[in-house]
Amino acid sequence: MATEETAKLTFKDFKSDQEVRWCAGCGDHAILNSVHKTLAAIGKPRENYAIISGIGCSSRFPYYMNTYAFHTIHGRALAIASGTKTANPDLSVWVITGDGDGLAIGGNHFIHAIRRNINMNVLLFNNEIYGLTKGQYSPTTQEGMVTKTSPHGSIEHPFNPGELVLGSNGHYFARSIDISMKLTNEILENAEAHNGTSVVEILQNCVIFNDKTHGYYTDKAEKLDRQIILRHGEKMVFGKENDKGLVLDGMKLKVVKIGENGITEDDILVHDAHEESPFLHWMLIKMKGPDFPIALGVIRATEGTTYGDKMEAQVADRKEKSAIKTMNDLLHSGATWQVD
Amino acid sequence: MTNNKDKAIELDHVVIRFSGDSGDGMQLTGTLFSDTAAILGNGIATFPDYPAEIRAPQGTVGGVSGFQVHFGYDINTPGDYADVLVAMNPAALKANAKWTKRGGTMLLDRDAFTAKNLKKAGYKTDDPVKEDGIGGFNIIYAPISTMTQETLKDSGLDNKTILRSKNMFALGICFYLFNKPLKFTEAFFEKKFKKVPKIIEANKMVLKAGYNYGYVVQELTPYKVTADEIEKGTYRNINGNTATAWGCMAAAEKAKLPLFCGSYPITPATEILQELSKYKSLNVRTFQAEDEIGGITSAIGASFAGNFAVTTTSGPGLALKTEAIGLAMITELPLVIVNVQRGGPSTGLPTKTEQSDLLQAVQGRNGEAPVPVIAASTPSNCYNYAFMASKIALEHMTPVILLTDGFLANGSQPMKIENTDTLPDIIVPHASFKEGEEYLPYERDEKTLVRKWAAPGVAGLEHRIGGLEKMDKTGTVSYVPENHELMTEYRERKVDYVQNVIPEQEIVGEPDADLLVVGWGGTYGHLLTAVHDLQAEGKSISLAHFNYIKPLPKNTEDVLRGAKKVVVAELNNGQFAKYLRQNFGNLEFTQYNKIMGLPFTVEELTKHFNELMEEK
Repeated sequence: MATEETAKLTFKDFKSDQEVRWCAGCGDHAILNSVHKTLAAIGKPRENYAIISGIGCSSRFPYYMNTYAFHTIHGRALAIASGTKTANPDLSVWVITGDGDGLAIGGNHFIHAIRRNINMNVLLFNNEIYGLTKGQYSPTTQEGMVTKTSPHGSIEHPFNPGELVLGSNGHYFARSIDISMKLTNEILENAEAHNGTSVVEILQNCVIFNDKTHGYYTDKAEKLDRQIILRHGEKMVFGKENDKGLVLDGMKLKVVKIGENGITEDDILVHDAHEESPFLHWMLIKMKGPDFPIALGVIRATEGTTYGDKMEAQVADRKEKSAIKTMNDLLHSGATWQVD
Repeated sequence: MTNNKDKAIELDHVVIRFSGDSGDGMQLTGTLFSDTAAILGNGIATFPDYPAEIRAPQGTVGGVSGFQVHFGYDINTPGDYADVLVAMNPAALKANAKWTKRGGTMLLDRDAFTAKNLKKAGYKTDDPVKEDGIGGFNIIYAPISTMTQETLKDSGLDNKTILRSKNMFALGICFYLFNKPLKFTEAFFEKKFKKVPKIIEANKMVLKAGYNYGYVVQELTPYKVTADEIEKGTYRNINGNTATAWGCMAAAEKAKLPLFCGSYPITPATEILQELSKYKSLNVRTFQAEDEIGGITSAIGASFAGNFAVTTTSGPGLALKTEAIGLAMITELPLVIVNVQRGGPSTGLPTKTEQSDLLQAVQGRNGEAPVPVIAASTPSNCYNYAFMASKIALEHMTPVILLTDGFLANGSQPMKIENTDTLPDIIVPHASFKEGEEYLPYERDEKTLVRKWAAPGVAGLEHRIGGLEKMDKTGTVSYVPENHELMTEYRERKVDYVQNVIPEQEIVGEPDADLLVVGWGGTYGHLLTAVHDLQAEGKSISLAHFNYIKPLPKNTEDVLRGAKKVVVAELNNGQFAKYLRQNFGNLEFTQYNKIMGLPFTVEELTKHFNELMEEK
């Protein structure tokens, strides 16, 4: 709960005095603004935040935060953040990573942090390219795409970050787009409130090396038909006229039009982010154009015990029950003998 | 045979090697023997020799498990060769005969020397002693298995359970042979099997039967082994890995900080993580990471959060942690990196000992990345050097590498228990918020060049750190050429300053001896014994054994230039020798290197040192 004093913090209080050095037009600017606003809205004091990043364009983020922050090494942000959160469970820990940092060099830490369900927020900026090294394909680059290291088209199959989250027994996955700032703010507040590893994929535009990679979905004229914003407990409807929806057709999702072929609003699926079974969440995560809209919003948010809660419970239990309360107790425990 | 059993032969020190199949309980047998010897005032040093395979086939040489104990007066090593070999089957004999002294005693379980077992062990005839040409031993062929069965025939226990206690029969014979009482082992049974009185009784009976067998049946001559001059106090047995864990825990308590260990299992360092994981009651949190890099980086994250952080590993793991050590170095966060060295390179010889990570520790990083390096030299002083590594890391805001090795890690020795109030204080340079004053994360103490540590959670000290070069004082990102040079120099000088807080190098013997033996780390016991033996013969020989590797003690050059001849002895291809040459230019010395995955033997050392002293 915000104290009177901290409640006064505004997004400006979270800006550091460092000059922001991303390319003009980079999606990171919008995300930075979203994070500044969200942290101000959450209302915790600045000293309780630890913002931790790896390496890459997105990982410059900590320098622009007037909180405690750590710009670490390539791929390791999640492991470092795991240590930070375990060492001080009272902190609000935010990890800033990208598709290269988080899913290539840091892929191992990504899946294991999620598996442990360490209570932190992971913002994965996905621009489907290596930006800082100037344009090589990443683990999320679309197959066939020409980049500096795939001059004849990428022959690799991309990851879908949400699928990796599910595969790691993840409890929380949300998706937003850099320029959809209101949605990002809404998601980030929700992610912070969730107890566990909250992975938020943010589709981000690299204006220099992969411009408009998400352009199909962000196209101003068409985006209402190409995006669906999911909210727990609400119907899965979308479209310019809000007349399209998702239904289950056997084992598959299907886009339908309300009022056509006898479809009424009652037939449309209701989003249940709290459902344990990942089945429907997986299909929502996998949706892509042109047959489907892309799913945005909090897609999955289920309850699960966290690493930190269990660790602290064990620590408290051992402190209470163990006969060894100090090093001197330990030194004198077990088999000892006296020399006179 | 005349009856010699009432007049004991006196010896200064004795080595017993207990060996058998990995299921024969040889580790326990050896431990119980050494516990009794230690309680009675003998000096002891022990070393276990496990099979590399977890479950090697029963009865084969690969499945032999051994435990060596050296006890008596002035004991600094587990001993080169065994005076007494206990072999519970032919494979144990095959594996260990070469480690037994000519003229020594072999106690063999006759019942296990069947045609089938002999074949499994690789013997072609039914006379292994003759076949291997290992005559000259005093061999006791004792029917250990049948005697054990006979002793417990009315116990109501099943045959499998009965045979499980045959190791106690062998232990009983050894206790008789070395004139030791049974009561300490009996007390152990009473505690260990509290809930099954039947087993307590069975073990006691077999132990006693073994003792009587030595006395009555074999009419062996018992030995009396000299007690050591041991300082008064309370003692416990401890191995190097446990001592390392405890040293770090003692430092955390002294520094009033929670301890966080991020680590990944690797032989022979794993026990440190296992040991630390037991003590949540002492505010210790262990994080078994997904890999070596996750181990160290989680520790760095915990250090950023204000915990005292530790990571533990062995050579290949240290290689994987390299980049992260650079991060801890440039951000100037305290961190202890324990490297329990093993045979290398690559996967190398995981269960064997070596000292070949010295240069990796001192120099193995990208960029100019100095970190202090400290080496423990006995199983029990792993406690002290782990403590010192922690103290230096915390007080000087730097990662510190502590080198131990497989020999120290698994070897054990008595440790005198000193309460923690005898340990030096650890003064952590915490930053504190002062109204109207800006916290500059990279502002340094003028003398020590140490920065102040501000952990998240403290209002007013919010700041950013990272792996990019940072501006002097403010810590903001800086590409200014002159600043990079300045910061590089600060970081180097900060580590150099540690020289002022470590003790000067000591010499065992005269500084101007004919021969100065130089060693470091885990070879201490062997080098010291060799030097002591030669000094006792009146030779002019001294030992300078280093624990502080980087920075070296202030007087190092004087020490090295004081003697007529210098030999640097180490278990690698000459890494400390290279390092000394790098530091002291035209210094002249010879090298003595062994790269067999094995410790030195005192025998080979004294032979070599004698040769050096005889050369003109």
